[in-house]
Amino acid sequence: MSNLKVIWSILAKDLRVEWRNRETLASMCVFGLLIIFLFNFAFETAREETLRLLPAVLWVAIAFAGVLGFNRSFASERENSCLEGMALAPVDPSLIFVGKMLANLLFLAAAEVVMAFAATLWFNFSFLPAVGELLLIAFFGTLGYAALGTIFGAVAANTRMREVMLTVLQFPVAFWILMLSIDSTSNAMRGDPGGNWIGGVARVAGISVVFTVASFLLFEYVLEE
Amino acid sequence: MIRKFPLRLHAGLTLAGLVVALYMIFLYAPEEMTMGEVQRIFYLHVSCAWTALMGFIIIFIASIAYLMKRSQPADELAHATAEVGFIFCTCVLVTGPLWAKPAWGIWWTWDARLTLTFLLWLLYVAYLMLRSYLVNPGRAANLCAVVGIIGFVDVLIDYMAIRWWRTQHPQPVILGGPESGLDPRMLATLLVSLGTFTLLFFLLVRIRLGLAGLRREFSEIRRTLAFRTSED
Amino acid sequence: MPPGNHDNKPALEVRNVTKFFGDLAAVKEVTLGLRCGDSALLYGPNGAGKTTLLRMLASLARPSSGEILFAGKNIEHDGAGAKVAIGFVSHATFLYGELTVRENLRFFGRLFGLSNLEKRIDAALEMFDMLPRENVFARDLSRGLQQRASLARAFLHDPDFVILDEPFTGLDHESVTKLENLLLRLPEQGKALLFSTHDFEQGAALATRLIALKAGSVRYNGPLNEAPFKKLGITRTSGPSGDE
Repeated sequence: MSNLKVIWSILAKDLRVEWRNRETLASMCVFGLLIIFLFNFAFETAREETLRLLPAVLWVAIAFAGVLGFNRSFASERENSCLEGMALAPVDPSLIFVGKMLANLLFLAAAEVVMAFAATLWFNFSFLPAVGELLLIAFFGTLGYAALGTIFGAVAANTRMREVMLTVLQFPVAFWILMLSIDSTSNAMRGDPGGNWIGGVARVAGISVVFTVASFLLFEYVLEE
Repeated sequence: MIRKFPLRLHAGLTLAGLVVALYMIFLYAPEEMTMGEVQRIFYLHVSCAWTALMGFIIIFIASIAYLMKRSQPADELAHATAEVGFIFCTCVLVTGPLWAKPAWGIWWTWDARLTLTFLLWLLYVAYLMLRSYLVNPGRAANLCAVVGIIGFVDVLIDYMAIRWWRTQHPQPVILGGPESGLDPRMLATLLVSLGTFTLLFFLLVRIRLGLAGLRREFSEIRRTLAFRTSED
Repeated sequence: MPPGNHDNKPALEVRNVTKFFGDLAAVKEVTLGLRCGDSALLYGPNGAGKTTLLRMLASLARPSSGEILFAGKNIEHDGAGAKVAIGFVSHATFLYGELTVRENLRFFGRLFGLSNLEKRIDAALEMFDMLPRENVFARDLSRGLQQRASLARAFLHDPDFVILDEPFTGLDHESVTKLENLLLRLPEQGKALLFSTHDFEQGAALATRLIALKAGSVRYNGPLNEAPFKKLGITRTSGPSGDE
């Protein structure tokens, strides 16, 4: 189906552009690692404390690294008016949204892998026992967050204070995606007794899907001149 | 939704309402048992919270109306409501601590109402910031409508999520309390306050819309002039 | 129009279009049409509204009032048909610096859903002598070369309507000549050309029609050689001086 081909073209283009200088991915990872490092160093405490803090630390790091990535995603389009260049083609704006959102999602996911490794090392904590559940939470949480980051990135690109504007939009709206992700992650890490984990994942998934659909539907209005 | 309700009548009613409300708040309503006089702030606090929430509902509806019909009045309504709603929302956040400190000894708590109001306040800030910082003001209507819609979806989610969160992490119910078992005189006072503040809210929005209308007329005059002046 | 040309191809029409930026009218109630076989020069002083008008034709900007029609359909609602048929070049190159010339063209080709893409890219690059540099990153090209790459991008999907906003900017003498020859052939290929340039004589040599724009309004729209140059404030250095 040609729609999928277009989405793939946009995604591949973003990946290739990033591969050529790797600045975005590198800065996201470094930024995320710094945040985790700061917390790890400041809270050298017993394991119980760690389990309480680690989910929040991780998701805060993901949140900030994400916003960094979203900003750069649209900065790369701004240089030669490339977003307008895409508008010259008979492409449905929603497809541009999906393509860019998937790119943002992949970059953030890659950064999350790096951050998870660092957390495993520094906090002496293994994610393996609950890895399935954690992957689901991470996927849905990142999906919703990236969807919002993509549409708000496009909105903020029209303003004078782009990075600040994106942050101001992103955090109030994505607040519950982050909160519920932290909560579910925390339960998963604690080795939550039976069946309850479905509820946690479902909540994160539900909110993320709602925001992703809303962003998808509204994106065309953001691109309209 | 063109209100044919005359502005003077509206202003008059609002003024009358405010007088009645003030009387009821300070003289008619009984003193609360545990907190004393300071509890009277509750009427202002809740009224402002209600109007702030109602404001965002209006922004949501106006945003959808704008995207569907591209009507500039819808966009002006959203903008005016955002400005007025922001003020009322700020009042909630100010009256909250003013009430909490003397009544319970703490400045702030993340109970359901205050959390929701704070998130709402952040959304108002984001909306107004977007309006101010746009490089090309011609895009304002579209972009703000999108933010208005997503923002309202967020408010709905906030409401549901906060309620769920509090079942998981229960808090001693402090500021939320008085709804259960309100003295009938307190209830009457509350209803009058709510009604009056709603009137006040819409009055301010109408005045602000008047300004927007004047700006639009001025803009149209300038545009017509721009046409006539051609260099030859 | 070239003889024996059946004009059954769709036309691009501008109907009473006005564009405001704030309260300033960049384009005022402009009406004009462009058909295949036309070769029109859009001429006017700085700030006349040429770029704004061309951008609206390319669907990059919306009119504040009025409509732009392609094959009778408003491009706002039914834009795909127009976009496929229009090739646009402007001051911005629309190229990704981190991609090579070829990769850039491949990306646009895919967005247009073109078949036989690699061959088409070869042909487009060949048109502007960019084949030797097809694997150079766009950010490493000089301004003139970027312009040529942008031109290749615009011609990639073989558009019927070629809309160029000052296409000769940055080009060296040889490239200018090549582009001029290319543009001259467009009418006989059954295509339409609308372009703007600051050098009137250069434009006059390429176009049969003149659209004179001043302060957002069309002052003249007709055969180039019959234009009242003096009235329009254009001094010619060659060709008919066009006294009224």
